Amino acid sequence: MSEADTGLRPRRSGLSRRQKRSISRGAQYAVFLAAVAALAATADWGRLRNQFAQVELAKQLFPDIITLALKNTVLYTLSGFVFGLVLGMVIALMRLSSVGPYRWLAGVYIEIFRGLPALLIFVFVGVAVPLAFPGTEIPGGTYGKVALALGLVSAAYMAETIRAGIQAVPKGQMEAARSLGFSHARAMVSVIVPQAFRIVIPPLTNELVLLFKDSSLVLFLGVTLQERELAKFGRDLASQTANSTPILVAGLCYLLVTVPLGFVVRRLEAKAGEAK
Amino acid sequence: MSTPTEKSARPARSGTPEIRVSGLHKSFGDNEVLRGIDLEIGAGEVVCVIGPSGSGKSTLLRCVNLLEEPTRGQVFVGGTELTDPDVDIDAVRRRIGMVFQQFNLFPHLSVTENLTLPQRRVLGRGKAEAAKVAAENLRRVGLAEKADAFPASLSGGQQQRVAIARALAMGPEVMLFDEPTSALDPELVGDVLAVMRRLAHEGMTMMVVTHEMTFAREVADRVVFMDGGVIVEDGTPEQVIGNPSHERTRHFLSRLLDPAMADVEEGTDGAGAPGGGAAKTL
Repeated sequence: MSEADTGLRPRRSGLSRRQKRSISRGAQYAVFLAAVAALAATADWGRLRNQFAQVELAKQLFPDIITLALKNTVLYTLSGFVFGLVLGMVIALMRLSSVGPYRWLAGVYIEIFRGLPALLIFVFVGVAVPLAFPGTEIPGGTYGKVALALGLVSAAYMAETIRAGIQAVPKGQMEAARSLGFSHARAMVSVIVPQAFRIVIPPLTNELVLLFKDSSLVLFLGVTLQERELAKFGRDLASQTANSTPILVAGLCYLLVTVPLGFVVRRLEAKAGEAK
Repeated sequence: MSTPTEKSARPARSGTPEIRVSGLHKSFGDNEVLRGIDLEIGAGEVVCVIGPSGSGKSTLLRCVNLLEEPTRGQVFVGGTELTDPDVDIDAVRRRIGMVFQQFNLFPHLSVTENLTLPQRRVLGRGKAEAAKVAAENLRRVGLAEKADAFPASLSGGQQQRVAIARALAMGPEVMLFDEPTSALDPELVGDVLAVMRRLAHEGMTMMVVTHEMTFAREVADRVVFMDGGVIVEDGTPEQVIGNPSHERTRHFLSRLLDPAMADVEEGTDGAGAPGGGAAKTL
């Protein structure tokens, strides 16, 4: 009796579950389209086009926006990534060390640099370091400073990622290596870390994307014309020409790199998922 | 074939045992897993350690190469005291091969690289020599054709044979096996046991923690029965498995055999009763 009741109830309202679902979805589409239409109708497209999409102006940005600005962005990102990776690796190993003070030091570092805005680190590297150590030049000039600032920030994140990766390698791997006569350090280098890196390649690539965007903070270090990267380049030209088209083009240049990188990350993650 | 003669030429055979464990205790927190173990294994001897789970047999094996640090007592391998705090444990472990239940091959390396990496990094062998030794040992376990494969593409039995070859490539004096066939599908157990059997015939000193009673009976020189962290019985397979003198050993062996027996009995009973009833009604 009760079975028959529940079986009949949807029919009583006149709609099957599938019909209800398609009505609900239709309503969502309608709301979305209405919102887009409202935005399109109220925006001043003419002014927007004038301000952001001057084709002639955009053409003038080339080739400098690629050969100078994008090139510098890539260089800053890579140097910061490499420095951060090396430092992050050291901190991860310290975090896992059996020596207490190493663990504490690594923990403090991670908490501090994960808790501070990247902007503050850039200001610190640009202002505080020259004040504290007068006369010392950070090797590599601006590139060195950027590598240091980006590296300091990213090392904290990468250390935690790498630590998790190392801990994800099964315990039996270390035991097998030790039973073959590897020292702990050798086993780490030859057996554990190579496997950990396979695990952390997707999250590290994600970190690369984040760094790519954070490299725009270089402008707080004060850079020469030749050292400008995408964001600074776009902003400078926007103020020179009193038009925002350069900012739009600079933005597209970022996407030119970050979208394919994001695609690569998803591919790597899918592959890692398959391997398990 | 030259191995047995080499073994018997060793001084170890005529006196000091290859493995000697004395007064061994091991606790994990409040849990005392080993409560005073004394055991000697001579060169070329094959000793199977049997016992219920939780009896401490795997812990004992892992203490023999110090993967577990004993709480008290001494462990000697080939005359070197491993429990001496000044001993170079990495150097001693090179002489002790270990095979794990879960194989523990290095998944990021090919089969050959699994065998060559330890030789090169630990023994400092050159590339060519390591490759030659690797090929020899892969042939020894019948997997020469898998040299370039990766562990993930091999069956469990093949992985375990590669793990044995990896240990053998280091030229160990002693081989420890920690339930080497427990993680394998039943049909793959035979190949691994065959490799171990051959190794035993070649004169390798072996300590094997296992549930394979047939293997213990046929291959072992001695069988050690452990329960509750102590050695209850130690003797030839005929004595310990065939004619155990302790109640606990008998109990363990009967439980090991009983489930099968019980199944058979229940099976015949279960099938018999309703079957008979049906026959009558028909």
